[in-house]
Amino acid sequence: MSTIIFKHKPRIIGWYSVAGKKESEGPLAKTFSRIVMDEYFGEKTHESAECKLFVTAIQGAIQVAGVQPDIVFAGDLLNQIVSSSFAMREIGLPFVGVYGACSTMALSLITAATFVDSGVVRTTVSAAGSHFATAERQYRTPLEFGNQRPPSAQWTVTGAGATVLSNLKKSNLAVTCATIGRVIDYGIKDVNNMGAAMAPAAADTLARHFENTKTKPTDYDAIFSGDLGSIGEEAIRDLLKEKGYDLGENYYDCGKMIYAGKQKVDMGGSGCGCSAVTLNGFILDKFKRGEYHKVILMATGALLSPTTSYQGETIPGIANAVVIEEVAE
Amino acid sequence: MDQQAYSEYIKKITPKSKVWGSLVRAFFVGGLICLLGEGLSALYQMWLPAYDKTQIGSLVSCSLIFLAAILTGIGVYDKIGYFAGGGSIVPITGFSNSITSAAMEFRKEGIIFGTCANMFKIAGPVIVVGVAVAMLCGLGYFIVGLFL
Repeated sequence: MSTIIFKHKPRIIGWYSVAGKKESEGPLAKTFSRIVMDEYFGEKTHESAECKLFVTAIQGAIQVAGVQPDIVFAGDLLNQIVSSSFAMREIGLPFVGVYGACSTMALSLITAATFVDSGVVRTTVSAAGSHFATAERQYRTPLEFGNQRPPSAQWTVTGAGATVLSNLKKSNLAVTCATIGRVIDYGIKDVNNMGAAMAPAAADTLARHFENTKTKPTDYDAIFSGDLGSIGEEAIRDLLKEKGYDLGENYYDCGKMIYAGKQKVDMGGSGCGCSAVTLNGFILDKFKRGEYHKVILMATGALLSPTTSYQGETIPGIANAVVIEEVAE
Repeated sequence: MDQQAYSEYIKKITPKSKVWGSLVRAFFVGGLICLLGEGLSALYQMWLPAYDKTQIGSLVSCSLIFLAAILTGIGVYDKIGYFAGGGSIVPITGFSNSITSAAMEFRKEGIIFGTCANMFKIAGPVIVVGVAVAMLCGLGYFIVGLFL
């Protein structure tokens, strides 16, 4: 079965999010642990800044948890996932790099939960992040190039989030199950329409999750997708309706939540940082305040590279879903 | 929904760029840039009466390229581009912006492997196509000339 049930319910004992200036002007500003107004974060390059976002988020989460982790799982969008691996020079802990494009936050959480649940390690950190400027450089055009973005384009979130999972019963928040995504390609080629490319994979993951766990959308306080944006949201609602599931009022998209309409971001936010800062800010804060008891976070990734796009390849998508739940002590 | 149906469905729900608004903005901004060029041309003719038309034309081009490079450097040209679209991409100023922005972007990788290697990343294809088309036209001109 493609849904993993974590028998020992690994606990979420600490979390931390760090976000940039544009994110601080959006509706979720108050939920971030730290805001960095300088796009360089005091570094020489945007790449180093992204790396520092990881260091900040991971160290912040460890401090909040108050427990020294055994191993770190992290990933980002840059080639050879340099932001996360370079951040580990400072963190100094054993490191497993993960890549699931923008679904990395959920993927690193699932991997960490599996390690903790199996008993081979006690405490882990999962992290993901992105930076607008580094993503633009790798996937698109120079920052100062004067072009227009098509209305279907999304805006890469500058920020990183980290979550500490442990078998220490220090909190009643746990990762209870997860559904790993299948790579699905419905033939979308438009790199400015990632939501459309990812929606079929997202619909597939959610449908399999509901089926495997014998649950339905209304069994959750909220269901979050990572960065489907407006087009992706419409598509996943319709695709799931075909499969017999109605995503009602409790479905949200992190990409649509993170910016306000007047911020000129078209379809909303995207990038590894999008679901990472929303989870480690807004979502876990809601749990802390007792407003949520059971939530699905399904981070979505478009598995393209600039090379494959120029070669005319279509864009495959993936979506990883993880259930966060309040459990008895 | 199969792949075919899905791509048609996506086409239907994806918002289109607002064509008329974009056209009007491109027309006015593009026109303004050309007007500026004409103004500079008149000014240079007045200041430098000894120069012929071709020399004045080169001076105007240089001035516009310089101005656009400065505007790119201080972070203004991308905002003009966001507003005007094709209006600020098509004139020579857009060409200047594409080179300057790439030069700035890749400066972090050093002068040789960054700036020099990537400066023409966006403008390069325009030059290649321009040269290729010029050669084809020249060849056509030559062949036609043989029979006249």
